[in-house]
Amino acid sequence: MPFIPHTHADKERMLETLGIASTDELFDEIPNEILCDGLPNVPDGISEMAMLRHMVQRANNDSAGICFLGAGCYDHYIPAAVWDIASRGEFLTAYTPYQAEASQGTLQLVYEFQSMLASLTAMDVANASVYDGASALAEAILMAVRVNRKSKSRRVLVPASIHPFYLATVKSIVTQQGIEVDLLPVEDGRVPVTDIDLESTVAVVIQQPNFYGVLEDTDALTTKAHDAGALLIGVVNPMTLALLKPPGDWGDTGADIVCGDGQPLGIPMASGGPSFGFLCTRMANVRQLPGRIAGRTQDKDGNDGFVLTLQAREQHIRRAKATSNICTNQGLLVTAATIYMTLLGPQGLIEVANTCLRQTHLLVEQLTSHLKVTKRFNSPYFHECVLDFGESTTELQQKLLKHGILGGHPMTGVIEEGEHAMLVCATEVRTAQDIERYYQALVNG
Amino acid sequence: MPDFPSDLRYARTHEWVRVEGTRATVGISDYAQTQLGDVVYVEMPEIGTNVEFEAEVAVVESVKAASDIYAPVTGQIVDTNDELDNAPEIVNADPYGDGWFLIIEMTGDELSNDLLTADAYEVFCQEEDE
Repeated sequence: MPFIPHTHADKERMLETLGIASTDELFDEIPNEILCDGLPNVPDGISEMAMLRHMVQRANNDSAGICFLGAGCYDHYIPAAVWDIASRGEFLTAYTPYQAEASQGTLQLVYEFQSMLASLTAMDVANASVYDGASALAEAILMAVRVNRKSKSRRVLVPASIHPFYLATVKSIVTQQGIEVDLLPVEDGRVPVTDIDLESTVAVVIQQPNFYGVLEDTDALTTKAHDAGALLIGVVNPMTLALLKPPGDWGDTGADIVCGDGQPLGIPMASGGPSFGFLCTRMANVRQLPGRIAGRTQDKDGNDGFVLTLQAREQHIRRAKATSNICTNQGLLVTAATIYMTLLGPQGLIEVANTCLRQTHLLVEQLTSHLKVTKRFNSPYFHECVLDFGESTTELQQKLLKHGILGGHPMTGVIEEGEHAMLVCATEVRTAQDIERYYQALVNG
Repeated sequence: MPDFPSDLRYARTHEWVRVEGTRATVGISDYAQTQLGDVVYVEMPEIGTNVEFEAEVAVVESVKAASDIYAPVTGQIVDTNDELDNAPEIVNADPYGDGWFLIIEMTGDELSNDLLTADAYEVFCQEEDE
């Protein structure tokens, strides 16, 4: 069988059967104004050599500088063994194979990944991953609406302190399904526990730490959401869970659904992607969990083995009524993350988290010792912090770049009067010398 | 051979209904459970939900498929079979008895003419097999 699925003759036959003249007619319902009519300045094809030269140039544009950027994508150290092992031929495939059970090694790895994520979040069950943290949150919200049938509401509360990309993704996916997304206002960089209206709410989202790096009062918010009959969705950075209370233990009853982005676990920043999302829940909700789930079982001779389980939720069986038709697992990145977590172990993760916490607090102390720089919020923060620099960050970023420093994520349009503010981050790879260099660059301008 | 009790009425979507007064007990037929194979889960509606004739009310999941269950009558869900949460295999073992799904308090007292008698349903199933 040829691996080119449709020959020209095949296509002609299909078009004839459908009674249309061209493949484009299949997409007639898409309005013309949103179609992209060719890509300007992109040639149809160039030689491999020219392509490589072009890509190396572009990559070099992106890699210069000591990185104090975070904002959802973090510069962590990745042990050399992680990608060496993940790149082995047995692992180097983007998908769970279609004959899943024939690949016991892949399924075991996915099972171990799920176990690690469930353990980090203190939840019962995790899926085999989804595209990224933002789509994981959209799936978590759709799932919460399916689970919380007692609530007649379709209103979801999302804090204004959530990652703005996550909010945009959530809005484009869930509002099309009649779900209303309302913003919870924040005070001093976090959601105030008193004074929030949870009437007629199907689910509440809390990000910990939130986009500003600030720690939310997750215990009180979880209990409050549950008292009002809403489910609680936690969005977390898995690395911080080595130190922070896991969402499964938030408040009196714990979060119901937990999601986030797995990039901090051994995935390179790579100009912002690809990454993977994870999604965990309580066993009672497992049938509403989208995506693949690997399970451990025994064969007829009593030997341990791994399978894809609970597949009746999925699109190859339930078709249009599947829990999701817009997700897949990120097999290769999950492989890297599983190897990363295995190599570091619980103690290694704690040390990484502790170092990030210490270095960021050192960074903030040192930068704010400069008279012009102040903290925007007084609330406690983890390994990111919003600083006011007393000048336009557009120009400041350029000045810092001349000193080889990527100074932070500009907050223009994200928070009020954000034009002078940046979100700064120091991970375990930022040394005291790096921080000193940032400070000197600020002082010397 | 599947069993087709004569005191029940059947939908073409393979639900059976037993009417006592205004209460209609609903389950899936012996033929349906054979076709599905081992039932592993039944997703029930909330008690108190109002349902229309032929609307989706539940989902039955087996190891190889998941199928919607449609209301054979119009009314309100007044009870669901909690036993199936822990022992869904009862649906396979006793589809017309302990394997019942739910009870609907009917708003009308007439059954739809679209619901088949046991004899007609048996013929319908034979035709499905062919």
